[in-house]
Amino acid sequence: MDLRYSEADEQLRAELRAWLAEAVPAHGAPPPRDDWPARRAYDTGWQQRLHSAGYAGINWPAEFGGRAASATGELVYYEEMARAGAPYIGHNFVGIRHGGPTLIAEGSDAQKRRHLPRILRGEEVWCQGFSEPGAGSDLAALQTSAVRDGDCYVVNGHKTWTSFAHTADYCELLARTDPNAPKHRGISWLIMPMDLPGIEIRPLPTLLGESDFSEVFLSDVRVPVENRVGAENDGWRVMNVTLRFERGSAWASDIFELREFLSELAGLARQRGGWENPALRREAGHLAAEADALWALMKWQLAEAVKTGVPGVGGSALKLAFTELNQRVYELGVRLLGRAGLAREDIGALPCARIVDKFLNTLSLTIAAGTSQIQRNIIAERSLGMPREPR
Amino acid sequence: MDFQLSEDQRALQQGIRSFCDDRYRFERIAELAREPALRDDWQALAGMGVFGLRLPELEGGVGLGMAEAAVVFAELGRCLAPGPILWSHLLAALIPGAASGETLVGGLDCAHGGADWSGRGDAESRGAAPVLIESGAELDALAVLRGDGVHRIDGPALAAGRKVGTPLDPLTPLLHLPALPQGERIADADAAAKLRLQGAVLVAALQLGIAESTLELAVAHAKTREQFGRPIASFQAIKHFCADMFTRQELARAAVYAAAATLDDPEIGDPTRAAAAARIVAGEAAMKNARQCIQIHGGMGYTWEMPPHYYLKRALVLEQTLTPTDTHCETMAACLATGG
Ligand SMILES: Cc1cc2nc3c(=O)[nH]c(=O)nc-3n(C[C@H](O)[C@H](O)[C@H](O)COP(=O)(O)OP(=O)(O)OC[C@H]3O[C@@H](n4cnc5c(N)ncnc54)[C@H](O)[C@@H]3O)c2cc1C
Repeated sequence: MDLRYSEADEQLRAELRAWLAEAVPAHGAPPPRDDWPARRAYDTGWQQRLHSAGYAGINWPAEFGGRAASATGELVYYEEMARAGAPYIGHNFVGIRHGGPTLIAEGSDAQKRRHLPRILRGEEVWCQGFSEPGAGSDLAALQTSAVRDGDCYVVNGHKTWTSFAHTADYCELLARTDPNAPKHRGISWLIMPMDLPGIEIRPLPTLLGESDFSEVFLSDVRVPVENRVGAENDGWRVMNVTLRFERGSAWASDIFELREFLSELAGLARQRGGWENPALRREAGHLAAEADALWALMKWQLAEAVKTGVPGVGGSALKLAFTELNQRVYELGVRLLGRAGLAREDIGALPCARIVDKFLNTLSLTIAAGTSQIQRNIIAERSLGMPREPR
Repeated sequence: MDFQLSEDQRALQQGIRSFCDDRYRFERIAELAREPALRDDWQALAGMGVFGLRLPELEGGVGLGMAEAAVVFAELGRCLAPGPILWSHLLAALIPGAASGETLVGGLDCAHGGADWSGRGDAESRGAAPVLIESGAELDALAVLRGDGVHRIDGPALAAGRKVGTPLDPLTPLLHLPALPQGERIADADAAAKLRLQGAVLVAALQLGIAESTLELAVAHAKTREQFGRPIASFQAIKHFCADMFTRQELARAAVYAAAATLDDPEIGDPTRAAAAARIVAGEAAMKNARQCIQIHGGMGYTWEMPPHYYLKRALVLEQTLTPTDTHCETMAACLATGG
């Protein structure tokens, strides 16, 4: 039961901290939320900075240009990023956390050479075209079709909730290549350039009123067969392979921020009044206890993954607990603002814009990347061996 | 960093688990609820090193730390082991014979027990909390944590107490005293504070054990009980209940072990904050899991014969052992306010 960081970890921490102390201020403030070209430039510019400093792809293997940090080194990385208030991964999310790792595990040499260095350098932005109007939690029900025609797949379909679709260069696309196979079997994983003819992108305003995600309509889009990752009809497995890379330490940034926010909230309540109310103090204290427990659970799971070589086993419990806790914490923040929280812009000295928007944003966390209900199904079935839901 | 049980800790866990499986089978637990046999158990627990676990080997102890103690107490919580094991363990270094099991030591925390330690007999009628001592009639010594330190009261001085006819937890008999007798101060305020801190982590470990075993019972029952032609475990309402129980258990385990490790090595964090967090999260896990375990058992869960109610009742006892949850929440709040 050793919770101490190694000397190597502490050295990485010191290096990172020194670098971040200069790099974060140098990168400046984020652009306005509706200026998408500027946002892309800001996010990818940060990726370039990470790359020049040798911190890009923290968990990617060294042979593909990654930092190949140890599990705990990765934890230190995410912790320090949050502590320094470093820019959010944003536009680089799918490429760095998902698409890149999938190529590393399953891509051809040509695909790796073509994409990996550019993803690491922030020159390529990826999006994820998995969900469809009729295929959300039941992703394998997807209907987008890819029909072979010579050296191309002709793709037709309708993707939705595609984050960064309107600014991305490539899309990791799941499409059905065998309509007659059982639903998990006939799917293929394709790299779709977003500038191909036949792709129409219609931004969908979120409940924040921003267009973070879009609907994507695909009409006779010709995707080269060489862009397929893995075997034809083996896309479901390819998609799951990515999970191998998820050690779950990326949560470190989020949990760190949550704990910081609770301290901020206490400060705010002491300044503005509210802290003299024992009910508020105890509620904040209780939430802080849960946040601390999550922090410990993340380290526990990390060590377990290192030991067993199988990451992500307990990830559902962590995701479930973290996302639900996040909502409760920011809801308390909004309540503390009182009537000032009716505004999504700062009122007087109160940071309403950040707190209210963050609360609204937390509502997506229990939906995206597997809803809370799906996580509960997974826990009940995989961890507790209870009967499976219909598939 | 390797935040998992070490080989040795795993072996310790296995050892204590098979001891508990053997000694505290549910049939015997039900028997003990009718007829306590603490003395017998005390010798066996001492033999396992439960009381002297953290005492240096030179003093006849096992020489282990809080991490190992947490592992052991989680197992004791799982099997509903009765009696003031916590107190006999906490006082091992302060009361002769506690570690060897010869002196059966119980305890009370006046800071939060609200007991009138001034010795005035009319305190209760003036609204002070009653003086209720767990297993009070069987104790050789009672350790009282007060503001000024740890006090020892010998068993015979508790003779004025009345046995409570129907204690909440059938495995935790109570002695009701008109007032707490004066005792002998055996350690200072710092020592009392330390016992409270260690005690909080060990209470949390016991609560973790309850969260674990109630989940196991619930899942096992759900898989075998059939209604509407299929196991109730196939109903999503039941699955999601169990998934939430699992999540609470996982959080509690991480928090308890983290707190224990932090007490062993204060350089990794603030022991006070870690202990409070563990106690809050584990207390909630024990209470909620025990309640949901009863619910999942249906009518059977409401019967005396079945185990679930014992867990719920024990969880309620633990909630009132040492510092209660609200106070731990205040501690966490104070940490937030001071940036601790
Ligand atoms: C902010 C945001 C960004 C996203 N970005 C992307 C992206 O970039 N690319 C992409 O492909 N997708 C993206 N998604 C889509 C996301 O993956 C889906 O929203 C999610 O999988 C849920 O699918 P759904 O919206 O169709 O809801 P549904 O599956 O229709 O679920 C509706 C409700 O039913 C419940 N439910 C469904 N099935 C079950 C079941 N078996 N048991 C119990 N309850 C069930 C759900 O929990 C939910 O409460 C994003 C979503 C959000 C919110």
